[in-house]
Amino acid sequence: MIVLPLIGLLQRVSWSTLLSDLSAHDAFVALRLSLEVSLGALAIALVFGLPLAWILARHRFPGRALLRGLVTLPMVLPPVVGGIALLYAFGRRGLAGQVIYDLTGWRFVFNTSGAMLAAAFVSMPFLIVTAEASFRSMDRRGEEAAATLGASPAYRFRRVTLPAVAPALAAGAALSWARALGEFGATITFAGNLPGSTQTTPLLIYLDIESGHEATALALSLVLLLVSLGVLVGLRDRWLGNP
Amino acid sequence: MRSRPTTVLLAALAASSLALAGCGSSSPTASSTTSTTAGSSPSTAAPITGSLDVFAAASLTGAFNSAKTTLARANPGLNLTYNFAGSNTLVTQIQQGAPADVFASADTKNMDKLVAAGLVDTPVTFARNKLEIAVAPGNPKHITGLADLAKPGVTVVLEAPGVPAGDYARAVLASQHITVRPKSLETDVKSALVKVTSGEADATVVYVTDVAAAGSAVTGVAVPDSLQPTITYPIAVVKATKNHAAAQAFVDSAVSGAVQKALEAAGFLPPQ
Repeated sequence: MIVLPLIGLLQRVSWSTLLSDLSAHDAFVALRLSLEVSLGALAIALVFGLPLAWILARHRFPGRALLRGLVTLPMVLPPVVGGIALLYAFGRRGLAGQVIYDLTGWRFVFNTSGAMLAAAFVSMPFLIVTAEASFRSMDRRGEEAAATLGASPAYRFRRVTLPAVAPALAAGAALSWARALGEFGATITFAGNLPGSTQTTPLLIYLDIESGHEATALALSLVLLLVSLGVLVGLRDRWLGNP
Repeated sequence: MRSRPTTVLLAALAASSLALAGCGSSSPTASSTTSTTAGSSPSTAAPITGSLDVFAAASLTGAFNSAKTTLARANPGLNLTYNFAGSNTLVTQIQQGAPADVFASADTKNMDKLVAAGLVDTPVTFARNKLEIAVAPGNPKHITGLADLAKPGVTVVLEAPGVPAGDYARAVLASQHITVRPKSLETDVKSALVKVTSGEADATVVYVTDVAAAGSAVTGVAVPDSLQPTITYPIAVVKATKNHAAAQAFVDSAVSGAVQKALEAAGFLPPQ
């Protein structure tokens, strides 16, 4: 069931016109924007996700299970619902969005930052889950030894903890980035659709299929497919659990 | 810990399936067999029976839905379902074999694609419409006409290229040499309207029927008749239909029957 749709896609691609399809103006812009948005989403995920993962892994507090559930919610939430929720939070009349707009005039909707926010919302759980797991399961003796030798918490985190979880963290980051790259529902609902600012590759693929530009849509789909495959093959068995 | 690898595995599976090309509208493939309804078509006075799947432009949502109630009362044996979307989306679906019985488009350009592909019977015009600017209730940005859409500080969204409303709007703006930079290109009139009703956009261009259907959620700003493009809605029976009698009856009703009455009540202009 997984292989058949992929084969179906591959056999419809127009191989001879592939390069010209991809260098069609909108296609190139969408690919470049996708790179920008997915990397921005990863940055947001790292900044907000790592501390969350640390807190979940290393501290006990009432409501920890609930927090963990909330943090993983975007993984199972339909992306369009995520987009709608983002509108109510960060839209021009949203809970936080209105405050930000009134104070600074900044808008997320119809802005590349909105596309990054939407992508971060759906992909951050992948990073948090992997990071929390590795924080929890790593061998603490190195940290303890460093503590007895007088290292500060910040030093311990930087020089002992991070290197120990780096491989698993890299895997989580790669997964999170790949998920951000493929985001569609939350982006089109929350950020909008405009070439150059919010029209990421999945949005362009959707619109091209809708308007009969099948060749470009297939070429772009192939690119995303190969990138996703590359990430997953590169991760090999890392995401199945720490060796 | 047993849950961790499972969680991460599920996460990875989710990532791999979601990271692939984004979800678009599904196009169920259906074998395009010719109609096999036995017997000749009954006269339009006889009740319509069977299943009928009508693919219609998004702007027809309100009118067609209210027509459904009327049709259901007169034709209890009829199982009528609708698929509303931008006309270009519906064309792609039908080209890919989606099981439509009738196609109602918001412009002739989209209908002609199916005519050229030999997928529909000869279309007929069943309605006309006019463009209108939709703004927030009370018109806080004081938009008085198309030219105001180009004002800095006004956030405008339009429909995507290929969507009739978007193409009509762009043609009118171009003819008036008004350069509007939309902040988003929406997939149909209803999505564009939602951007205004939710407060994200200040204005969009839709049909008068959409503004009427939105009621107090938007305020309409008229586009003068002298600038209105010719907006004609064609409707046709899809050749691959399995219920030709019902499909033809629906088309006839849209031109001059119960469906036409519902269209006029919603603000559509009758076909000339």
